[in-house]
Order: sequence, then structure tokens, then C-alpha cells
Amino acid sequence: MFRFLFGRLGLLIPTFFGVTLVAFSFIRLLPGDPLDLLAGERGISPERKAQLLAQMGFDKPLWRQYIDYVAGIFQGDLGTSFASKKPVLDEFMTLFPATAELALCAIILAVCLGIPAGIFAAVKRGSIADQAVMGTALIGYSMPIFWWGLLLIILFSGILQWTPVSGRISLLYFFPQPTGFMLIDSLLSGEKGAFLSAVRHLILPSIVLATIPLAVIARQTRSAMLEVLGEDYVRTARAKGLPPSSVIGLHALRNALIPVVTTIGLQVGVLLAGAILTETIFSWPGIGKWLVDSISRRDYFVVQGGLLLIAGIIMLVNLIVDVLYGLINPRIRYN
Amino acid sequence: MNFQKSLKATLLGASLAVIAATGASAKTLVYCSEGSPEGFDTALYTAGTTFDASSKPVYNRLVEFKRGTTEVLPGLAESWEVSEDGLEYTFNLRKGVKFHTTSFFTPTRDFNAEDVVFSFERQLKKDNPWHEYTPGAAWEYFNGMSMPDLIKEIVKVDDYTVKFVLNRPEAPMVANLAMDFASILSAEYADKLAAAGTKEQLNQEPVGTGPFTFVGYQKDAVIRYKAFADYWNGKQPVDDLVFAITPDAAVRLQKLKAGECHVMPYPAPADVADIRDDSDLTMMEQQGLNVGYLAYNTKVAPFDKAEVRKALNHAINKQAILDAVFQGSGQAAKNPIPPTMWSYNDAVEDDDYNPDLAKEMLEAAGVSDLSMKIWAMPVQRPYNPNARRMAEVIQADFAKIGVNVEIVSYEWGEYLSRSKEVDRDGAVLLGWTGDNGDPDNFLAVLLGCDGVGGSNRAQWCDENFEALIQKAKTVTDKAERTKLYEEAQVVFKEQAPWATIAHSVVFMPMSSKVTGYIMDPLGGHWFDGVDIAE
Repeated sequence: MFRFLFGRLGLLIPTFFGVTLVAFSFIRLLPGDPLDLLAGERGISPERKAQLLAQMGFDKPLWRQYIDYVAGIFQGDLGTSFASKKPVLDEFMTLFPATAELALCAIILAVCLGIPAGIFAAVKRGSIADQAVMGTALIGYSMPIFWWGLLLIILFSGILQWTPVSGRISLLYFFPQPTGFMLIDSLLSGEKGAFLSAVRHLILPSIVLATIPLAVIARQTRSAMLEVLGEDYVRTARAKGLPPSSVIGLHALRNALIPVVTTIGLQVGVLLAGAILTETIFSWPGIGKWLVDSISRRDYFVVQGGLLLIAGIIMLVNLIVDVLYGLINPRIRYN
Repeated sequence: MNFQKSLKATLLGASLAVIAATGASAKTLVYCSEGSPEGFDTALYTAGTTFDASSKPVYNRLVEFKRGTTEVLPGLAESWEVSEDGLEYTFNLRKGVKFHTTSFFTPTRDFNAEDVVFSFERQLKKDNPWHEYTPGAAWEYFNGMSMPDLIKEIVKVDDYTVKFVLNRPEAPMVANLAMDFASILSAEYADKLAAAGTKEQLNQEPVGTGPFTFVGYQKDAVIRYKAFADYWNGKQPVDDLVFAITPDAAVRLQKLKAGECHVMPYPAPADVADIRDDSDLTMMEQQGLNVGYLAYNTKVAPFDKAEVRKALNHAINKQAILDAVFQGSGQAAKNPIPPTMWSYNDAVEDDDYNPDLAKEMLEAAGVSDLSMKIWAMPVQRPYNPNARRMAEVIQADFAKIGVNVEIVSYEWGEYLSRSKEVDRDGAVLLGWTGDNGDPDNFLAVLLGCDGVGGSNRAQWCDENFEALIQKAKTVTDKAERTKLYEEAQVVFKEQAPWATIAHSVVFMPMSSKVTGYIMDPLGGHWFDGVDIAE
């Protein structure tokens, strides 16, 4: 097991350097620079631009800038945002809990609904119920997030007025946020109604963000279950008279979960990508919107630092999934 | 370390607010703003969204624009005198003006000349300890308005008198000082931060003399302010002001309708009719102080001939553009300055839409089989909601007179940079929103000889026009300046370096409970004097 773990950790090193290189070059390959955008229609003289670029260290050769960047990473310094003038790491730490909270709620929702839906569809294979579940999953998968989000806001917040339109908590509440996770902080605050307000604010964005992963998980569970349900040992279990709930829940599901766990791990990337749009629609102060705004501002340090941190999180989650995969399936760790 | 410090400060601010919020029922005005401020030290930035959250609620300037106009009124300066040669501006400062007391700073003295000198010298002098206090401090607006060339020195005459000495006469100087970058900060607060080694906090936790005290900012979510009880111009009708950051226009409208905010900017054009029909909402509108134009490159043949440019201008159907692009939120432009600006010359006649005449004029100029490029901006701007669409309408118009148009576009930063090149190929769609309400801010910046290779995208340098605008800079008499600018507009129309396209209308929806809101022709959003009916 340790050998397996070290093997996986060893792979992270080249991946890390690959990510730094991609993040560093990606933003520099885009045309335009922060100063042109700052100056706007008025423009900036070439002399002054050169002087300011030098002040920010952008006059150095690219390889030198890259080395400074990587050296900075090892000292915990990801640079300073050109726009806010704050350290990138501080900004990330402020915003990441909001994205993490939303992504966690979304993935919990997707797993809790997606797996039972997939099992149900597999068990009722070929029935109208199966087709309805899979049809809904297909619609969910194809739904443009932006449109879907607005639709839900207009229906549930506008017409029915069941949920708030956007934000993380009602503006009436203003308390310290030591963890950055609104559900926890609202409980810690002890303010009456704050937790409920945070939950109500989470409902719509979680549904929107969960939609695609939910569809993917449901489809994956269904096909994995169908494959497993056709195996000899399932037939044997049925033949020896085990109740259907034990056959499906114990014997079939455990084996069907192996590809599903991998799929769930891969959804982290989908969640972070979906968070960009979801955060914009629901005015959710997370890292998705921060990163997109920074790309359009050519805020080099934020983009390269933010991408690196997000890639780091995805790598970490995938490592955890790999370990879990090894735990579920002994063949993986012994091979 | 910084993270911990900022967390601690936020918590302190938050605790104070919680204490305050538990008091008697506070009247809170909620503004659904369209974006996040980049920071709170106004002079570091150029974006209106940042100014709305920093300079407007928190700070004052020596002079202020009268709300709803571009007329300059006394602000922190009670009065001012200009020397006869136009080189010295002496400001007499208001006494008894308090700075905000916050959880992070308690002032020990009133506003005085030290604060004025500090606020400008940090932008002006490279050896000032605050000149590079934060990475990438470009002071772009100060530089963009040519202040470093203009200001020779700023002298503290006594505690309540400050003198600006200029290198050359500049009539719009006073209007420049009403702009956001000229906001007055507390020198005492700056000294405290410098002593504590936390200079960067000047950009995170602002202290000013303005109508609202900064309470706290949760990044990309909420900004909170409290009405400043000791404000020199009287306490505000509301107790608290909250900016709920809501980037999407459709969501802003839903929040407004649901009562989650009272005022929102920039509605989607498609929603304007719906908002007007809603009896719970009020829609204010105002002519924007802007112009959208198509700038020919007057240095490149055949656009170096005024007759050719004039002919093309006759081929553009502005009404079709207003219908297709502005959807009723625009007005055809005939001059390079908007009609709401003083010295607008209404006597100027526009080049009417006449494709036959355009064709004849082109033939007379000896131009046939003309192919050209039109540059379409990749972004939406106040003066042009859809440049690609506008370019397509012009492309169709020019096709009618036998001119073949290729539409090109670049990423926005690249667009701005490449369109400045003197040998640029093609006519550029661009525009301008006024900074200070002075015609010089349009005519000299966009069409003056100094702007060639820069903000003068037509690369147009006309002797007569230049003489008129240069003279207008040195004259302080407004009537005389008006005459000069009116004449300059006539020269502009004859020479046609641009096709002037449109001035847009700005909409501002709000709850019908909101009273006292006045729209700013310069595009800012101000909340002093605004109340909510019970």
C-alpha cells in the first residue's frame, strides 16, 4: 500500500512542474497586458508603459520570470494581485471557502441523488421509469448552466419567492467569519436565523452546480450496475435466495462503485469549471469568478497562482480517489 | 501574516457593526453594484466601479461636481482664486472638517493643508515615500490627465491655504480637481500606517471625510458603510449603505424586484420596457456624457482626403444603428461632444444619410473600388453596446456605395494598443466617456495634435482646430471658451476625421420607495442625500 502511495506521490512532482509551466505561459500567451487595460481608451505612452512594466519585473527575460515564480512558490509567495494589490495567496484563502462550500454541497447532492437514481434505473432497466431517469439525466447534462440558473431564480426567487435571489446570506447578518464556510460561521455566530438564511442561499446554487455531476453519476452508476448485475456471483446470490435489497445493496453496489468513485473524483474539475458560471449568476464570492476577472484584467500573478492552487486541489482530490480506489479494489494496489 | 492581519481587522469591523445593528431599527439602503472594487485608494485605479465604492461614499475633494451636473462647486475648499497669468490656484480650505473614526483609526485632528499636500504629492513626486507604496502603483488617472507635466509644485501656505503652481495655464484645472483621483486622504492615517509598517492597508481600509464611513468589505460579496454622523455637509437620511455585488444584470433585476436591493445600475437593454411597466419600480434615465465614433486614419490614403471621409459619413445610416444596436437607448451624434456638455454647437449640421450623394462625392474625389477595414471592439462599452453589430450595419451601408468592408477585431487590450498606431490599417470604432465635464477633455484628448499616436485614433492634427483648442485651454472666461469650442466643432465637422455615431442614454432602475437619487452625467453612482420612504 505504501509503495502504491509513494508511486502516486512521485507522479505529482512532474505534474506540479507541468502545471507551473502551463499556468505561467498560458496568461503570457494571451495578447494584451494589464497596463493597456488599465489605461483604457486614453492609452498609455510606450515610455511610461516600459517604465511600469520594469517596476513590476515584467521586463526581465521570460525564463528569469519563471524561475522567480517557481522560487516564490517554494517560499509560499505567489505574487501580488495587480488589481487589488493584495497577495494572491491571501485572496485565494479568502475566497476558496465559498467555492469549497458550494462544491461540497453540490457533490453531496449529486452523489445522494445520482447513485440511487442510477441504481433505480439499472434495476428497472428498459422500463418507462428507466427511460425517464436517463432522459432527465441527459437533459441535466446538456443544460447550459447560465440559462438553468436564471430559470431557477426567476421561478423560485422571483415568482414563488421561496429562495433568495443571490448571495451567501441575508444582508441583515454581519458577523465574523473565522472559517469562511458560511454554514459553520453562521452557527458559530449564534445569531438567530443566520444558519437558516445560509442554507436557503445555498439551495439554488447547489442545485445548479450539482446538475451536471448528478447526471454523470447517475448514468455511470446505471451502466456499472447493469454490468455487475449480469455477473455470475449476482446470479448465485439471487439463486441462494438472498433478498433483492442485499443482492443490489451489498453484492452488486460495492463492485459497481469502483468506476463511480473514479467518476466522482473527476467531477471535481467539472465542479470548479461550473463554479465560474454558477458563482457569477448567484453573486457567489468564490475563486471561479475571481479567476475569470483576473484573466480579463491580465492579472498575471493571480492567474498563474490561482491556476496552480486549483490544479493542486484537483491533484490532491485525485490522489485521494486513487487511494480510495486502492482500498475498494485490492487488485489496483497489488499491481 | 497579512491574511491574519486583514482577518483581524475585518473581525473588529464586523463586531462593531453587529453592535451597531442591534440598536434601533436602522434605515439601510442597498445598492446592487455591478462589480467589485479593485481597492479603496481611488487614485490607484481608473474604473468607475472602484470609484463608486471608494471616492464617492468615503472621500471628498477640494471641489465637487454639483450633483446631476458638471458644474464645479466648493468641496473641502471653501473658495479659490486663480492668478492673472493662470499659473497659480490658491485654495482656501474648509475648517472643522472631521475624518472618519473607525475600528482601525481614530483621528486626533481635523482636515487641513497637510492632507491636501499628501494626497497629491504621493502621486506627483517619485521620491515621495508613498509613490510606490504598493506593487504596480501607476497613478494612471493622474498621469493620464497630464498632471505631472502640469503641476510644478503644491505649496502649503498655511494650515488652511494650499497653492497649486502650474507650468502652463490650464483652464480645466479646477474641474480636474473634482475628479476621483483628486480625493483627499488623511495624512495622519497614512503616517500611522507607515509607522506600523502596514502601508498597504491604505488601499484596503479607507479613511476619508465623505458622507459614509467604511465598515467592512467581504471580497466580491458585500461592502458596508455607515452614515458619518459628523459629516461637514450634514448627516445622511439613511443609517447604513450596503453594496451587494451582483455581476449579472438579469440577477440584479430579480433582486430589485424581490426587494433585496433598492437601486441597481446597468439594466440589460431588453429589460428596460419591463422595468418601465413595473409599478413598484422607477426608471431614471439620462443622456450619458459620452460619444461613440468611427475614426478614420487620416494619415493613410485615401482617408487623408476630407472629401473621402465626408462621403463615407454621408453613407452611414445612423437611425439604423440606433435601432439595431442601441434599441432606443441612444441619440445620433453630430458633434464630438455630447449635447449635455457646455459649448455644444447645435448649429452644426450633420452629414445626412444620402448614399447617392456619398457615391457622387467618392467619384468626385477620384476614389473607386475602395476596400477598407473597420475595427469592431470586442467589448461592450457605455458608448457602444455592440460594436460588432454596429460594424455590420456600417458594412452594409458602405456596400451600397460600392465600398467593400472587412470587419476585424482584437482582444480588448490589444485593440486599444494597436488602434493607436499611426500607420494603422482601417477605421476604428471607439468612444469616450467624459471625466470632468470640460470640453477640453473630449476635444484636446481625442482630437488634439498631442494625442496622435495615442488617444487621437484618427491621427488627425489640424492647424486651425489645434489653435482653437489650445487657446481655449489658456482662457479662463467661460463665454470666450464656449465660442472657441463652438468654432472648433465647425472645423471638426468640415474636416470629418470621424463619423460621429451616437451618444447613449444611461438607465437607472430603482425601487419606487427611493427618493433623492440624482443621476450623474459623468456615470458615477452617489448615495449622499438618498432616502428610502417608510
